[in-house]
Amino acid sequence: MTKITSLKDLTLLRDELRARTIARSEKSSPDSIIQVKVAMATCGIASGARPVMDYLREELEKRNIPARVTQTGCMCYCYAEPTVEVTVPGKEPVTFGYVNTKKADEIIERYIRKGELIEGIIPADYETIDSK
Amino acid sequence: MAKKQLRIALRNCGVIDPERIEEYIERDGYLALGKVLTTLSPEATIEIIKKSGLRGRGGGGFSTGLKWEITRKVQADQKYVVCNADEGDPGAFMDRSVLEGDPHSVIEAMAINGYCTGASKGLVYIRAEYPLAIERLKIAMKQASEWGFLGNKILGTGFNFDIEIRYGAGAFVCGEETALIHSMEGLRGEPTVKPPFPSESGYLEKPTNVNNVETYANVPVIINKGWEWFAAIGTEKSKGTKVFALAGKINKVGLIEVPMGTTLREVIYEIGGGLQDGAKFKAVQTGGPSGGCLMEKHLDIPIDYDNLIAAGSMMGSGGMIVMDDANCMVSIAKFYLEFTVEESCGKCSPCRIGNKRLYELLEKITKGNGTMEDLDKLRNLSTVIKDTSLCGLGQTSPNPVLSTIENFYDEYYEHVTAKKCRSGVCKSLMNYIIDAEKCIGCTLCARNCPVNAITGERKQAHYIDPEKCIKCGACMEKCKFGAIFIN
Repeated sequence: MTKITSLKDLTLLRDELRARTIARSEKSSPDSIIQVKVAMATCGIASGARPVMDYLREELEKRNIPARVTQTGCMCYCYAEPTVEVTVPGKEPVTFGYVNTKKADEIIERYIRKGELIEGIIPADYETIDSK
Repeated sequence: MAKKQLRIALRNCGVIDPERIEEYIERDGYLALGKVLTTLSPEATIEIIKKSGLRGRGGGGFSTGLKWEITRKVQADQKYVVCNADEGDPGAFMDRSVLEGDPHSVIEAMAINGYCTGASKGLVYIRAEYPLAIERLKIAMKQASEWGFLGNKILGTGFNFDIEIRYGAGAFVCGEETALIHSMEGLRGEPTVKPPFPSESGYLEKPTNVNNVETYANVPVIINKGWEWFAAIGTEKSKGTKVFALAGKINKVGLIEVPMGTTLREVIYEIGGGLQDGAKFKAVQTGGPSGGCLMEKHLDIPIDYDNLIAAGSMMGSGGMIVMDDANCMVSIAKFYLEFTVEESCGKCSPCRIGNKRLYELLEKITKGNGTMEDLDKLRNLSTVIKDTSLCGLGQTSPNPVLSTIENFYDEYYEHVTAKKCRSGVCKSLMNYIIDAEKCIGCTLCARNCPVNAITGERKQAHYIDPEKCIKCGACMEKCKFGAIFIN
């Protein structure tokens, strides 16, 4: 990695990274891809988030669904761990609680494939620094 | 319905991959550092932090900008900035979550702090019990160095800054800044009298600025969005938001971040989803072992530093434990005192001996041997410990006792006079009794009693010998006829 040596370069890089993420979440973009985030803080891991993340990675690949599965820190719904956020291009992100491998299978088959809303969705109950 | 929460310190938690610096940069990461280094003087930056009204989130609530200014003004060849990640309150886990979910924000803020105070070296004092937070922080530090946000000539400027990690062994007192500094120096983790304050003479006797994880996590946002934006959130004297770790008998256990001024009722019932199994609210403990228990009548006060102190508790680092009727308040006070006795470093006598005596008085009361005189003693001794202890640990450790006596005096009174514990927690005050009318003499209880305290002929009413009974409750659990009750 070459070092970033000016504020201008940093801003350019940020804009580039931002554009890439937007492209991933837009339906019509050639880069569009399903994004899956698994909360992998201590609370999540203790509740079994790691096997869930592995399952999602393997199964999405096996079932030929192009997706990007990444880890995050705590989504703050510790009572409902493991928690998983799914962003289907063109749609708002949806967070699911109490996800085990069975639930993960349901998320893949029913929510991702068919767009059905399934049980266990946690509504976002907070404002962000951008919305405020 | 308007959303009650606002995530500032937790803005990236659960959003970005903490092990990928690109995701942090994408969300304006290191932009504040770049802005500060290239367009603002250290004085101007301190002014922004001061005007924002940011106060220490570790519990003390001291103005962060002022702390930075004091450290800046001291002349020295070497200064240090420290991140206090020695989170030790029972039930509190917000610092861990920030470090696990967004370590770069802490690194960035420490670098900004270094620039402002004139320090080229940062130290993170973190509990060894947080292995994942340590691992992610290390990865983040490595990436920050590779990308040029740590090291020499940061972002093409003349500013040099590096961070090292120091491990704490889990002593609660090491969250106190002077004890923390001694622990980092390799000495015993004991506090010393202030002044001199760490900002004058701290780590290796050099000026040292210590801030908490959550305090740091707020800094980049204040720079990016402006102090006016931050100062518009919260109450008159407490600006911004506070992260709380909701725990106890509440439905939605987890992390929440609310603007200062939100009421306890909103936190518990609207955000926390109320009490488990529809239980009746009894108390909420804030501020950990230094805080107190607040009751129903306090539910509508807006949460901020000053209001919580006025109510007899404190903000602390943000633990919030909700209790229902099954919690005995005398036992709760005893629990916190047990913690304090264990964690007192032993250097000053009020804390070392006083807290032990407080604990013994509470033990006596829960065993059913308390007198009215003991209640007065509890109050007096608490005041003495608060007034005469050396550091923040002892100065606040009697708070759980004082606040429970104040708010739940009738429970103490019952324990002492009627020898009764209404919550059924204090075993010494409980008696298991068999209702002779209901007992059919099936002998099931007698067969299950581990200490053979139950006697009686078959098909005759049985009897529990209170002398032998260890109050395990096995008999009551087994009885199919509801013949056993607690007096």
